[in-house]
Amino acid sequence: MDKDKRMQKIVFWLFLAPALISFFMVQIIPFVIGFYYSFTDWSATAQITLNFVGLKNYADAFKDTTFLYSTIITSIYTLLNIVLVNVVAFGLALLVTSNIKFRNIYRAGFFLPNVIGGIILGYIWQFIFNRFVPFVAGSWGITYLTENLMLASSRTALLALVIVSTWQYAGYIMMIYVAALQNVPRDLIEAAQVDGATPWQRFKAITIPMVRPAFTVTLFLTLVNSFKQFDVNTSLTGVGPSTMFMGRAINGTELLAMNISNTSLILRNTAMAQAKAIVFFVVLVVFSLLQVYFSKKKEVEL
Amino acid sequence: MNNKITRNIMEIFAITLVAFFMVPLVLVLFNAAKGNNEIIASPLSAPQNWMNLLSNAANIWNNPNIRYSQALVNSVIVTFFSLAGITISSAMAAWVLVRTKTKVSTAIFMMFVAAMVIPFQVVMFPLVKWFGMVQGWIGVPMLRSYFGIIIAYMGFGSSLSIFMFHGFMKSIPIDIEEAAYIDGCSKFKTFFLIVLPILKPIYVTILILNGIWIWNDFLLPMLVLGKGTPVQTIPLAVNNFAGAFVTSYDLLMTAILMALIPVVFFFISAQKHIIKGMVEGSVK
Repeated sequence: MDKDKRMQKIVFWLFLAPALISFFMVQIIPFVIGFYYSFTDWSATAQITLNFVGLKNYADAFKDTTFLYSTIITSIYTLLNIVLVNVVAFGLALLVTSNIKFRNIYRAGFFLPNVIGGIILGYIWQFIFNRFVPFVAGSWGITYLTENLMLASSRTALLALVIVSTWQYAGYIMMIYVAALQNVPRDLIEAAQVDGATPWQRFKAITIPMVRPAFTVTLFLTLVNSFKQFDVNTSLTGVGPSTMFMGRAINGTELLAMNISNTSLILRNTAMAQAKAIVFFVVLVVFSLLQVYFSKKKEVEL
Repeated sequence: MNNKITRNIMEIFAITLVAFFMVPLVLVLFNAAKGNNEIIASPLSAPQNWMNLLSNAANIWNNPNIRYSQALVNSVIVTFFSLAGITISSAMAAWVLVRTKTKVSTAIFMMFVAAMVIPFQVVMFPLVKWFGMVQGWIGVPMLRSYFGIIIAYMGFGSSLSIFMFHGFMKSIPIDIEEAAYIDGCSKFKTFFLIVLPILKPIYVTILILNGIWIWNDFLLPMLVLGKGTPVQTIPLAVNNFAGAFVTSYDLLMTAILMALIPVVFFFISAQKHIIKGMVEGSVK
């Protein structure tokens, strides 16, 4: 019996080993040393000793106007994205759950952009904004769009990012709404129909409350994914056209994830990049906790 | 009658919308078969000569600035071995975590799940530093190597994969495994011959989720493999190429078309599984 128990323990750790070792190698150990390094003068250039500097990197990060600017535009981008992606996705979901013939083909079509990588997508849309849009606008005589490229000014470039993200992401969110809409019992709608409820009344009183749990999922998915946006940002706009912010020229479309990368890759100040990343991490933890809180609350209501 | 008209209008509306969604991809196809002058003259018409597509493609295939053929091979190798690593290691881990009911087991599972909130940004720079240190100690190349990036994907993929395997395995009755044990089947044999086949529906989902992520991933390979090194995946190669030729879209469009072909082909051939798998992964 004792031998059996020991054997079981060995099997337990043996089966766990490959996943656990790789997990520690790339997540736990880097997380811990990263936390420590954020309190040192770690830089990307070769150095022999690390010196402990306390909270200096965090203080520097909060004083850094580029970090503040990135936080602001990332928030704007995230907000616009949440609204646009969800409105489009919900509309598409209603369309592809309606009584039409080729809905599976439509679903696949709307979903397709989601399997293409952000880097590739960004270059496709760079072409569209730089060549296709001015060309079409020119042939229609809209000179404003031929003279002002969308990617050439920081505000419209940010809008371009939102458009591309919506194109990429709406089909995915759509499918989550589709799953929720399919769960709305048909007889409930038919009963309401018999009782003389108008389509709008049915939609408001049955469909919306029934798919409400899905909203928590989709809102937080778009929130977190928009907040972490990096790939499309890299290939579509890069750091973007420069703009004035608090009296200095600044990169116009550098979202948070890119600001963190560039703090190390360009400024070589890896310690400050790490401090920024930890702030970024804390914000994301808050988002996750909020999501858990809201989904729990919903469950009680039901 | 009235219903039928509404339905037809909806149908036409849906077709128009899908066509609208596909415009960017059609533009890539059209412009991949043009020279730069033709693109500037008419970016939205069909190409004058489709044969240009072949010569452009041949150019990209061997172009020393993109080395597409090499990048394709690298992407296949990295994705294949990472997927094999993630799936087997996560299934093994999830199995013992489900079947062992101890505090240690629960704590380890919670740790894997909790790590899902860690954004890549917070571990990426220390990861590169740490891999460099490990490389110095054990002499096995961790940076700029297949080995390093495969280990990295196994580590980053483990959280979600273990979580999903765990959820699925909880619902499998233990009886079959116990029967096998009584018949003298070893733990290893039980796992590989009995448990793994039962897991098929869930490992299809896990392969798709991780496969699409790894195939398209950019930042991790950029940091672990480095820019312009011999081992480049397709997103890295396209990024290098675009960086070098910002203003000439002709070959870039061809490169993008060639990067799209494997993904689009895969999507069309398995779209039902892909959509289902990716949506399941989100509603974790």
